[in-house]
Amino acid sequence: MPTTGPLIVTRDLAKVYQLDGYQVQALRGVSIAIDAGEFVAVMGPSGSGKSTFMNLLGCLDSPSAGEYFLAGEPVSRLTGDALAATRNRRIGFVFQNFNLLPRTSARENIELPLLYCGIAAAERRQRALQRLADVGLADRADHHPAQLSGGQQQRVAIARALVNDPLLILADEPTGALDTHTSCEVMALLQQLNRNGMTVVLVTHEHDIARFARRIVSFRDGRVVEDHRVEHPSDAAAMAAQMQDEAAA
Amino acid sequence: MNITSSIRIALRALRVNKLRSSLTMLGIIIGVAAVIVMISIGGGAQARVEEQIKSLGSNLIIVLPGSVTSGGVRMGAGSRSSLTEDDAHAIQREIAEVQAAAPALRGTGHVVAGNNNWSTVFYGVNLEYFEARNWVIASGRGFEPAEITGSGKVLLLGETVARNLFGDSDAIGQTVRVRKVPMQVVGVLERKGQSLQGQDQDDVILMPISTARNRVLGGNLAKVRSVGSISIKVREGANLTEAESEIRSLLRQRHRLQQRGQDDDFTLRNLAEVLSAQEESSRIMTLLLAAVASVSLLVGGIGIMNIMLVSVTERTREIGLRMAVGARGHDILTQFLVEAITLAVIGGLLGVVLGMGGSYAISELAGWRVQLRPESIAIAVGFAAGIGIFFGFYPARKASRLLPIEALRYE
Repeated sequence: MPTTGPLIVTRDLAKVYQLDGYQVQALRGVSIAIDAGEFVAVMGPSGSGKSTFMNLLGCLDSPSAGEYFLAGEPVSRLTGDALAATRNRRIGFVFQNFNLLPRTSARENIELPLLYCGIAAAERRQRALQRLADVGLADRADHHPAQLSGGQQQRVAIARALVNDPLLILADEPTGALDTHTSCEVMALLQQLNRNGMTVVLVTHEHDIARFARRIVSFRDGRVVEDHRVEHPSDAAAMAAQMQDEAAA
Repeated sequence: MNITSSIRIALRALRVNKLRSSLTMLGIIIGVAAVIVMISIGGGAQARVEEQIKSLGSNLIIVLPGSVTSGGVRMGAGSRSSLTEDDAHAIQREIAEVQAAAPALRGTGHVVAGNNNWSTVFYGVNLEYFEARNWVIASGRGFEPAEITGSGKVLLLGETVARNLFGDSDAIGQTVRVRKVPMQVVGVLERKGQSLQGQDQDDVILMPISTARNRVLGGNLAKVRSVGSISIKVREGANLTEAESEIRSLLRQRHRLQQRGQDDDFTLRNLAEVLSAQEESSRIMTLLLAAVASVSLLVGGIGIMNIMLVSVTERTREIGLRMAVGARGHDILTQFLVEAITLAVIGGLLGVVLGMGGSYAISELAGWRVQLRPESIAIAVGFAAGIGIFFGFYPARKASRLLPIEALRYE
C-alpha cells in the first residue's frame, strides 16, 4: 500500500442530484476515515444517503464537492477510464441481486474483472477456479447462475469481487435477497475474509446484519449521525451452524 | 480486452437470441446475396462484350466501297466497286500504324457436301486477313501462298458450317461444293461465337481471294480487281483516329478525289467506338444493378441498428455490471461494435454463399452467362462489415456512455 494512513478518507463529501429542475441534497458533507482491515456496516433508513455514499466509495459516481482518498490517492479527482481502472483493481463489489451474467458459467462470471485488465485466458481461468475453491464452490465451475441457489450465487459474486485482489470489498445489502440461514452463511464468509485482513464495507438496513460488523456508521438526511465500535460482533459461522442443528432437530 | 475475447463474448450474446440474430442476419444475407447475383450477371454481360472485342479486334478498321447513286436512288455502302486489292497493298505499305490490311471478297451461296447442304457466307481472303480479323485455325492447316495467288481449290470452314455439313466426323480432306465448284477442306476455324449484333461469326467459309474471284463469283469482278472490303488492323498502341485519317487521305489521293467538293467514294468503319460504347453500357448496367441491390443491404443494416438498440436497452444492467467491475467506455463500445460486425460479417459470408448459389442457378436455369470475380466477393463482405460498423456504432456508443450507477439500477 502506498501510504501508511487510513485506507479510506473522505472530507466533506457532498452529492447533489438535479431532478426535474430542483436539487436533491443526497449527501451533505461526510468526513470519515476507515482503516485497512476494518469491517464497517453503513446503516440508515432509505433516503439517508447511505447508498449515495456507497456509490461514491465504489467510484461508481463522482462527488459534487469534497474529497475522497483511497489508499492515499485522490480518486474524487479521477474521471472516466481512471475511475474504471480503480474499480477494476482496488474495489470488489457484492450486490443485493448478485448481478451475475445469465447463461454464463460461474467460472466465467468470476473471470469478468480480469477480462478488463488484460490478463491472459489461462491465468484468468486458473485464478477464477482458485477463488471459486476459496468460497467452497469448486465443483460448480461450469454451472450457470440459474443452476445455483441464491446463497451459491452470492458466493460466486464474492469470488468475483475477490478475483482481482482488491483493497476493499463493498457489499450493498448482500443478504437482502436471501433467507436468514443463507444470510448467516454469506456473512460468515465476509467475516472470514475480514479476519484474513480484507477491508469490508457493508450497507444494510437490518440491525441483525449490522451486528456482524465491528463498526457501525449510521446515516440520516445525508449526514453521519452515529459512528461506534461493536464490542462483541455476532459470529455468523456459529449462528449458521446453530440454525443448521435446530433445523435438523 | 483483446479482440478474440470480444468476438467470443459477441458470439455468446448472439447465441442467446438465436431467432432474433438469424432474422437480423437475414437482412444482410439477402442484401449481400442480391449484390453478388447482380454483380455476377453484370460481370457475365461484361465478359461477353470483352470476349467479342477480342474476337473482332478492337483496333480494327473496315473500309467499304462507297454507294452508287442510280437515278436519285442511293444504293448504300458497298454498292460501288471503288476499292481494289492495290488499295489494300498501298495502305499496308505506306501507313506506318497499319499492321495488316487485308482485302476480301464476300459472297453468299449454297454449299453441298455429300448428302448435306447449307447456305452460308464465304469470303475470298489473303493471308493478312487471318491476322487482321483474328482468325485462328483450330485443326488442319491454313492456306499456302501459292493457293492464295493461284486460285487454289481449297477452303476453311467456320465451326458452324463444319458442324452442319459433317456433324461430328472429320471435315478435313473432304470435298465441299461451293456454288457447284468442288473444293477441298484443308482446315476448320476456331470458334468465335456470336457477334455483338447476334450474328453467328462461325457461319462462314474462307477461300483464297483469287479462287473467289475467278472460280466462284466470276463475272466482271475478275477484270477490275475490286474487292468487297479491306480489313485493317492497326498496331497495338497506335492512335486509331490518326490511322483512320491517314487511310482516308491516302485513299482519296489514290482515287483522285478533289480536295473540295468531292465526297469519299468509300466508308471507314471503326468498331472500337461501337465496342467501347457497349462495354461502357454494360459496366453502367452492372453498377446500376449493384446499386439497386445495395438498397436491400442498407435495409439490412438498419435492421442491425434496430436490434442492437434493443439489445443495449435489454442489457443495460449487464453493461452497468461490466462497468462496475472495471470495463471502460471503449471496452463496452468495442463489445457492442464487435457484436454488430459479427452479425454483419456472418450474414455477409452466408450471403456470398447464397449469392453464388443464386448465380449458378440463374446460369443453369435462364442460360445467362454469369461471372463473379474474387474481388467482388471481398468487396461485398467488406461492405457488409462496413454496414456493421456504420449501423453498430450508434448503439455501441450509446451503451458506452451509460453511467454505471444508472445502468446498474436500470429496471
